[in-house]
Amino acid sequence: MNKLRLLLSFFLLALPLAGNAALTIEIVGGAAQQIPIAVVPFAKTPGAQDDIATVVGADLRRSGLFRVLETRGVVNQPHDLPEVKYPEWAAIQAQALTIGSVETLPGGRLKVSFRLLDVLKQNQLAGLEFNISASQQRATAHKIADIIYEKLTGEPGVFSTRIAYITKTAGRYALQVADADGYNPQTVMSSNEPVISPRWSPDGTKLAYVSYEKKKPIVFVQSLVTGQRNVVANFKGNNSAPAWSPDGSRLAIVLTHSANSQVYVINADGTGLKQLTYTTSIDTEPFFSPDGSVIYFTSNRGGGPQIYRMASTGGDAKRMTFDGNYNVSPRISPDGKTLAYIKQDSGKFRVAVQDIASGQVQILSDTAQDESPSFAPNGRMILYATSISGRGALAAVSADGRVKQRLSETGGDVREPAWGPAAN
Amino acid sequence: MNKSLVTSVLLAMMLAACSSKPVKNAPVVEDKSPAQTTTSQSSDSASTSGVQNSSMSVNPLTDPNNILSKRSVYFDFDKDEVKPEYRDLVNAHAKYLVEHPDAKVILQGNTDERGTREYNLALGQRRAVAVKQVLNLQGVSDKQIETISYGEEKPQAAGSDEAAYSKNRRADIVYQGE
Repeated sequence: MNKLRLLLSFFLLALPLAGNAALTIEIVGGAAQQIPIAVVPFAKTPGAQDDIATVVGADLRRSGLFRVLETRGVVNQPHDLPEVKYPEWAAIQAQALTIGSVETLPGGRLKVSFRLLDVLKQNQLAGLEFNISASQQRATAHKIADIIYEKLTGEPGVFSTRIAYITKTAGRYALQVADADGYNPQTVMSSNEPVISPRWSPDGTKLAYVSYEKKKPIVFVQSLVTGQRNVVANFKGNNSAPAWSPDGSRLAIVLTHSANSQVYVINADGTGLKQLTYTTSIDTEPFFSPDGSVIYFTSNRGGGPQIYRMASTGGDAKRMTFDGNYNVSPRISPDGKTLAYIKQDSGKFRVAVQDIASGQVQILSDTAQDESPSFAPNGRMILYATSISGRGALAAVSADGRVKQRLSETGGDVREPAWGPAAN
Repeated sequence: MNKSLVTSVLLAMMLAACSSKPVKNAPVVEDKSPAQTTTSQSSDSASTSGVQNSSMSVNPLTDPNNILSKRSVYFDFDKDEVKPEYRDLVNAHAKYLVEHPDAKVILQGNTDERGTREYNLALGQRRAVAVKQVLNLQGVSDKQIETISYGEEKPQAAGSDEAAYSKNRRADIVYQGE
């Protein structure tokens, strides 16, 4: 039964994939204690081009939590259990070992077998078989990396997730979706006018975003399944800053009508508009808590912009940030315990986190023009936009600040990342 | 359990469909906006109404010798107060709008690039609203005005210095049809 569930959830992610990357990822730091793991190249039959082990190794290395060991020096390269000689792997300090094979089936499908082994205890931690089409090899590799990550760290992996972001190339804006490792970018929509604020629906099947294609900001929701899109909010003035409720039924949005920005909620089909804030100040950037009971938002009601929270039905607001004169773009971790936001610190805009219970603040990033923080579904990493050499780029930092990644795009600006939900 | 399995299978089918469709569908969306962008560039309608109403041979809104052709109000850093040097400009547009009750304007607020996009969108909106309030005081009806903000998305000047920033902290007055 477990295996069946795993296979099903695998098919969820099994999009036909080509192997091109628009984003290249550079790892700047790593966790203090990395798990040493040997990822042995999979045995292959003709017709299986991609090396799944290479993708698995890259995923694990990118997380910053693993030290992927060089295996070429080890004489025996096992592909199945009887061939494993544990002392050889203990000798290169491997704690864990993965082996596997790719076999071509009649009709061109592939059978991928994989085992995760504990070198010290000399036993198997996981063993799975996948029956896939040839185009599903990268997706299968990410699923294998997720299993390894979860078995060895106790937390779910996010290698099978997707990210959305905006590119600006030669004056044209494009909303794109790619795998979490930057591969397989696909354009969801593009326009000569600005596109901002992409937000994933909680089930990962839709994106809300703000497009200026009609010369004013309008909130759209577009299905990633059919490509069809609907106008959710097109009222007089601005329509912006969409944020999904956790059940996906509603969006918090920001409208201006003829005055300043105020927070509203609206059903995802554009009906049932309700105003939540009633001030003469700016109230914007709403974000639902994971249980849906609270909305965090940015307001300048006290002078400079600070982060506040209120019940998701409206009412009194409580100020959350006090340190510094510019704290904006609130995002809440999936466990509801951490507030990530953008803090102006000595003229630089940086990603900061605040422990909601204690109020303790930590600045995470060492870049200078950071925007749009977005938690990974497991809460471990925060993806954000920054500027590198005068060009918009994406970066990620672990919630403890130890692991840092930079993702750069060849050709243009890349901005406003949003990390998609877990696939199951 | 069975239900969640069924849901998974359905989702799997939907997502399998998704993999090819967004690529196929993207150009449909793509085709819409540039077409609208190019058609809305025409300023013919504005110039026609100018001829009718003022019986001049030149549209006052586009005549470079007319203050009405000036459309940008610039603001100080982190401020949304219309400075005295822009009062004549805004008042001239107010007078035109009162005399042409069918004319409509979109006031577009803008900011420099510092700070985050959505907050800058809200800051730019304050500047559009500030210009609107001056127009209202001169008797222009709310029905003739829409205030929107581009935030930091439409800089007049490129660059990351005060010279560029001062050009980008502004509100633009755009007549409907322009």
